Amino acid sequence: MADRAQPVRAGAGIVAAGLVAAVVLGALGAVFWRAGGGVSPGPADWAAVRFTVLQALVSATLSLVLAIPVARALARRRFPGRGLLVTLLGAPFLLPVIVAVLGLLAVFGRAGWVNLGLGALGLPPVQVYGLHGVVLAHVFFNLPLATRLILQGWAEIPAERFRLAAQLNLGPAEIRRLLERPMLARIAPGAFAVVFGICLTSFAVALTLGGGPRATTVELAIYQAFQFDFDLGRAAFLACVQIALTLGAALIALRLAAGEGFGAGLDRPVDRWDAATWPLRIWDAVAIALATLFLVVPMAAVAVEGAPGLISLPASVWRAVLTSLGVASLSLVVLAALALPMVAALSTGRRGWIDLAGLLGLAVSPLALGTGLFILLYPLADPAALALPVTAGVNAIMALPFALRILVPAARGVVADHGRLGAQLDMGRGPFFRLVLLPRLAPQLGFAAGLGMALSLGDLGVIALFANHEAATLPLQIYRLMGAYRMEAASGAALLLMALAFGAFWICDHKGRARAVA
Amino acid sequence: MLWLDDLTCQSDDFRLRADLSLAPGGITAVIGPSGAGKSTLLNTIAGFLPPASGRILWDGDDLGPLPPGKRPVAMLFQDGNLFPHLSVERNVALGRDPRGKLDADTRATVARALARVGLDGLGARKPGTLSGGQQSRAALARILVQQRPLILLDEPFAALGPALKAEMLDLVAELARDQGATLMMITHDPEDARRIAGQTIVVAEGRAASPQPTVEVLDKPPPALQEYLASSA
Repeated sequence: MADRAQPVRAGAGIVAAGLVAAVVLGALGAVFWRAGGGVSPGPADWAAVRFTVLQALVSATLSLVLAIPVARALARRRFPGRGLLVTLLGAPFLLPVIVAVLGLLAVFGRAGWVNLGLGALGLPPVQVYGLHGVVLAHVFFNLPLATRLILQGWAEIPAERFRLAAQLNLGPAEIRRLLERPMLARIAPGAFAVVFGICLTSFAVALTLGGGPRATTVELAIYQAFQFDFDLGRAAFLACVQIALTLGAALIALRLAAGEGFGAGLDRPVDRWDAATWPLRIWDAVAIALATLFLVVPMAAVAVEGAPGLISLPASVWRAVLTSLGVASLSLVVLAALALPMVAALSTGRRGWIDLAGLLGLAVSPLALGTGLFILLYPLADPAALALPVTAGVNAIMALPFALRILVPAARGVVADHGRLGAQLDMGRGPFFRLVLLPRLAPQLGFAAGLGMALSLGDLGVIALFANHEAATLPLQIYRLMGAYRMEAASGAALLLMALAFGAFWICDHKGRARAVA
Repeated sequence: MLWLDDLTCQSDDFRLRADLSLAPGGITAVIGPSGAGKSTLLNTIAGFLPPASGRILWDGDDLGPLPPGKRPVAMLFQDGNLFPHLSVERNVALGRDPRGKLDADTRATVARALARVGLDGLGARKPGTLSGGQQSRAALARILVQQRPLILLDEPFAALGPALKAEMLDLVAELARDQGATLMMITHDPEDARRIAGQTIVVAEGRAASPQPTVEVLDKPPPALQEYLASSA
């Protein structure tokens, strides 16, 4: 269809995409320039690289291996609460890392529930710091994601295939060979790459559960180069390493693309006549029960451990709450200002570099981006004074790829369905955007806004680089309370943060859905 | 007057030639086998497809450089003629002010148009709460307020039952006559053409023929149309 017959134009979207590209590439340029000053990497740096790759490999492998039986069980069983459980699998994506870490510590930590039980049985305690702590947290976050990605693969096998298999009296082994293995061979590599990429950029987990020469990720090493030595050259070198790692993983993940796990239709189980045997039922029940416990118990622990601390939260926490809400709101405004014009531009089916600019957030890690921005801003202004706006901006850039994934397909649908009528009526791009595109996208806008808010509220990354001791977002304040061994206050604040993140998501998502009309 | 001056329409790898003119004020049916290019022809006139060659003239002005909304054309599509999230009143009002303003003047015009098509008092409803026939009426009310001299119908009533479809055709014919508008309508059903169209354009074998009186075309169909009419009878 001719371009003039489209009621949306690309101009503003090109500007927004250019802005994102300028910020990200500018920051990268600054990193490369600063790293060029003859920094020679020491053994500690290489140890960080080795640890980063090792923990990401182990985390991704474990997440995938554990996700397959859970996804298979969810795909072939119906039970009350199944839909809720599938929804719950999306929760870790919104859960602030620092909150999850506190929950995991409450369960698996030195004085946690598991060790209390082991102690009662006279067994030695488990240790949660170091490699296995980092892996534990990563599996907690990524097992649900991997489960959703693989469940999508199962949902994409047409129900007719299973009917045909039942008609031919194929047993579970044949079905595994004929239907499930080919699907897994297609889906699993992409899911592995996604989880691997996420674990590569791990900062907050490594900050709280790792550390020390034997459990430092590159992201953490960047932070330490700032915090301990204020060695910008070394930070920049490490940022280069991190960028190479992230970019490599992102390219692999894009090549093996596995969908994004937001997909609809995951709540629809398929009749499976082959799986009606008792051993398989028990196996599936165990898989589902264990996964649910692993997912729910740490979150419940946050609530249980946090509730007593809620009543006596220090004033610093309430200040941090206000700061966090301010940062998240600003981040949402920036996200909307970037995403909406890009969505309009991409809604006509146009691809190319606008799309690519939107993905830049996935290709750089927050701390590498933060390092670059620090190098750029340091000569101009006091970084601490800019901590909050920079954090909001970086959060928006990081949330942008997800927002675009959610919005662009829906926007393409709107333009395909209503673009001709808009053009026929001579609506022009402004009225079409305001009267048709935005209202039609209400559910997706609510979902994306909720995601952006929750991600920003829970983010503990760039803020740690920029903030001085006065300003703190809630996650940073919780980390400081943990560092000061004020665990009761930290747990109370964590419960508050969890409620804020989930609450913000729920409100936005709910508002969007309520606006949606037939 | 609409003049298709040696026009070639193109959609994907498919071409249609048309060299004909329509006198103002009449109703013309466009009939022919599926895939012959009836929709392509109307979409080209409306400005959704650029012509491969030739010109489209309205009262001597070349419509070529004009985007769809700036042409003297009001068009109804097979579906999606109303925005489902806007009330009937706002949908119709867009025909008068495409920026969506709803002042007292516009409201009065819309109310008159709704009354004219038999939807009195239903302006506040969303299209989804109306029946299929009522949705068609709402779309016709918008055509009414658009006040464009050329109305194109790409089978907007195809999903309605035969009695309702006949009712809509009569209504649209009446509205077009009142406005003095030129009406072109695609149809699959020769009876539709007989019902309201004085003349008919046959689209077949890559060509849109000059309009002929409908009765003649249907009683003595050209070979290109014979097979189609026989198979649909």
